[in-house]
Amino acid sequence: MLNRYPSWKNITVILVTVIGILLALPNLYGEDPSVQVSENNAQVSSATTLQVEQALDAAKLPYKSAVISDNRVLVRFSDTDTQLRALSVVKKSLGSNFVVALNLAPRTPRWIRDIGLRPMAKGLDLQGGVHFQLQVDLDAAVQAKLQRDMTDLRGAMREKLIHYQDVSISGDTINMLFRTADDVSKARALLSTQYPELTVNSGTPANSLAARISPQAVQSIRQLAVEQNITTLRNRVNELGVAEPVVQQQGGNSIVVELPGVQDTARAKEILGATATLEFRLVDYTADAVSAQKTGHIPLDDQLFTDKSGRPVLLKRDVIVSGDQLVNATSGFSQEDGTPDVNVTLDSAGAAKMGETTRENLNRPMAVLYIETKTERTTVNGQVIPVHKKVYTVINVATIRGIFSKNFQISGLGQDEAKNLSLLLRAGSLAAPMDIVEERTVGPSLGQENIKQGFYAALLGFVLVVVFIAMYYKTFGVIADLAVFMNLVLTVALLTIFQATLTLPGIAGIVLTLGMGVDANVLINEHIREEVRAGNSPQASIHAGYERAFATIVDAHVTTLTAAVMLFLFGTGPVKGFAVTLSLGILTSLFTAIMGTRSIVNWVYGGRKLTRLPV
Amino acid sequence: MEFFHKVPHINFLAVRKLAMGMSVVVLLIAIASLVIHGLNFGVDFTGGVTVQVSYPAPADLQTVRSTLARAGFPDAIVQNFGTPEEVLIRLQPKRGVSGKDTGNNVMDALQKVTPQVKLEQVNFVGPEVGKDLAYKGALAFILTLLGILAYVWLRFERRLAIGGVLATLHDVVFVVGVFSIFHIEFDLNVLAAVLAVMGYSVNDTVVVFDRIREDFRKLRKGTPFEIINLAINQTLSRTIITSGTTLLVVIALLILGGPVLHGFSLALFVGIIVGTYSSIYIASAAAFMLGVSKKDLMVRVKGDQPVDDMP
Repeated sequence: MLNRYPSWKNITVILVTVIGILLALPNLYGEDPSVQVSENNAQVSSATTLQVEQALDAAKLPYKSAVISDNRVLVRFSDTDTQLRALSVVKKSLGSNFVVALNLAPRTPRWIRDIGLRPMAKGLDLQGGVHFQLQVDLDAAVQAKLQRDMTDLRGAMREKLIHYQDVSISGDTINMLFRTADDVSKARALLSTQYPELTVNSGTPANSLAARISPQAVQSIRQLAVEQNITTLRNRVNELGVAEPVVQQQGGNSIVVELPGVQDTARAKEILGATATLEFRLVDYTADAVSAQKTGHIPLDDQLFTDKSGRPVLLKRDVIVSGDQLVNATSGFSQEDGTPDVNVTLDSAGAAKMGETTRENLNRPMAVLYIETKTERTTVNGQVIPVHKKVYTVINVATIRGIFSKNFQISGLGQDEAKNLSLLLRAGSLAAPMDIVEERTVGPSLGQENIKQGFYAALLGFVLVVVFIAMYYKTFGVIADLAVFMNLVLTVALLTIFQATLTLPGIAGIVLTLGMGVDANVLINEHIREEVRAGNSPQASIHAGYERAFATIVDAHVTTLTAAVMLFLFGTGPVKGFAVTLSLGILTSLFTAIMGTRSIVNWVYGGRKLTRLPV
Repeated sequence: MEFFHKVPHINFLAVRKLAMGMSVVVLLIAIASLVIHGLNFGVDFTGGVTVQVSYPAPADLQTVRSTLARAGFPDAIVQNFGTPEEVLIRLQPKRGVSGKDTGNNVMDALQKVTPQVKLEQVNFVGPEVGKDLAYKGALAFILTLLGILAYVWLRFERRLAIGGVLATLHDVVFVVGVFSIFHIEFDLNVLAAVLAVMGYSVNDTVVVFDRIREDFRKLRKGTPFEIINLAINQTLSRTIITSGTTLLVVIALLILGGPVLHGFSLALFVGIIVGTYSSIYIASAAAFMLGVSKKDLMVRVKGDQPVDDMP
């Protein structure tokens, strides 16, 4: 008998339907505006929850719940207004060791969360937030590496009693000038054993060497620089306490950062864009810094810097410890006089060096040099080029009061300064300066407006199509409507599995695939009508209708998919989102139109004697 | 409900020359506008800063302009965005000042005059990013065309492939032309819509081609003129319903989707209408004029199989 479906096909359709509905389900529940609290380098405890609850009660702010999940306290509110007020209340009551951030907590019931299902994340255009695209200055990374090599080299040569007159960098080369030929040969030996990435040649004046960095080394420095910057940015973003941040590489030298829900964008940018690092250096107390500044006569091993109030300070060229040797840094208050300070912990290499230096220089001054990279744009040959300028500030000079190595405090800072400094230190330093080339900020109310408009448009479009198709094709139209609805459910389910981010163009893509998903059903029903008109029996008409529509549907879908795939490959951001929903919608429409409707049609009409078809 | 109870007998191909001529004229106008006016590219492509703010009451654009001019932004482009309360300000980036700072400066200036004004959105796009986008967009366009050409060529036939590509090209130029002639902002979303129009247009065309191929194979008599006309008539009902339902959805987006999706929905709206037209008058007519015939579309028989296994 015609139009009976093998049971495996029916089971497949039922299974896919059930799984699809289950996967799409988490998206139905919506979200609570909430505030999340996490603690720096520690587990949050129920004491924190209690403290948060007391603070909110005291401020008479109603909350839905406050529970610990994923090592953070999550407090839910019924509206964003309360949420915003609660944020400042909680921040004030907890102090600086806690990260307090806004979040949208999904309202999905427990059993759905327990099987690991989460709703789709919303894009910035739907929930507000900031989007940055940063370009990494890779040449600067190479320069920084040379700089480190040079400092290292100086120390190593002094240790080996190689007498050098000058060591300097020009381009990708470290130039060295020595007193005697003996020093040159000793330096050559040192370079060849310890610095394999440098190619050593004799320099132009006698007794000099030129060590050039090899192209392979440059290549790997560049790659590492982007990777390290991404890691650093991730750490910094985590410090900001953003709920669902995105930090990813785009192309060869760009990094995209998306911070949904962030409202204090100025601070976000300050933290992200800051390419600050610290160096601990000894102060040259034997020379007079003021006269050095006036005469320009600076001792050979010294460099002249200024402190925050512009006073000159002479520091030794050699760096005791630099920012990348830091393990941890927390802000707090000095136990002696209660002024703000930063507690620093070093790694073992840094600790050894620090211990050695402090032992030899007890009661002598040591300085903290703060190096910040600022970006300026200048026009060269009509092209706007970002130029990175390093700004050096001596933020602190203190006498070494004891021998310390692993742990010590930096004092003499303002409270905010201490907090920001500890944050930057913790988050590590950037391997190369970055330049913000794209920046988008969406306010939270605009996000809600967008989601409302997108939702209503989708709903209206869907209802119009469903009503029309049901009227036009009667029972077969209702079946087609079921297929279109399943198409919607399956598209959402797939997007949820892939954890795609839902954007406004994404919603448009879903809506558009609804319109196009109808097409497959229209093709089938038109073919069935044609068969009926040609005088074929109802069962034969169904059979032939599906058969003939099949090739057309596949052809039409494949060509549309071609365009969607191109969109995906070459699109960025929202366009990609649109392409993904469009592609998935096309694929699910193939399934629902061909197999889904056939299964229902066969179940309703298959194997029966029919005199006419309601199509 | 049925639009056509019987297969209609509209002689589409009879007016092919007139339709083609009209299309050529319209396309020439579109191209001329593109050459003369160019496109009103959005900040996504040109680079620059857009600041979207909302006022508690309908905003007086003239005041906003003069306020900004006094604050050092004489070249700011100020326009309403969606509602009279929403204002979109477009600026060229200043050297050494980031987008965020520009946004803050604009807000400070506006809030001095109207304290209740709210910042909704700031976009800053560097000029390099914009160039990259335009390049990638063009590449996607060309590769999509090639992809369509290759698929239709392999699945159908050379003349039909050319017709399909011509139709797709026609639709894209038409849509982009509309954006140029009416000076509507062309942003990233519109680019996505234009590429989606390519997908839609070829979808529509392929359905007609499929029928043309089927009819050529099935019907023993009939000139290519009659068969192509018949195929178009047979698929007419489907063409109208699919275009109609997709248009319903796009109209919903156009009306309710808000200003962000306006350009996107408009591009689709225009694209679907011309896409439907072009699958008949460009794709099919071009294939006919190129001389597609029965023998081009017959099933290629493999050598080792009997041609006919009927006794």
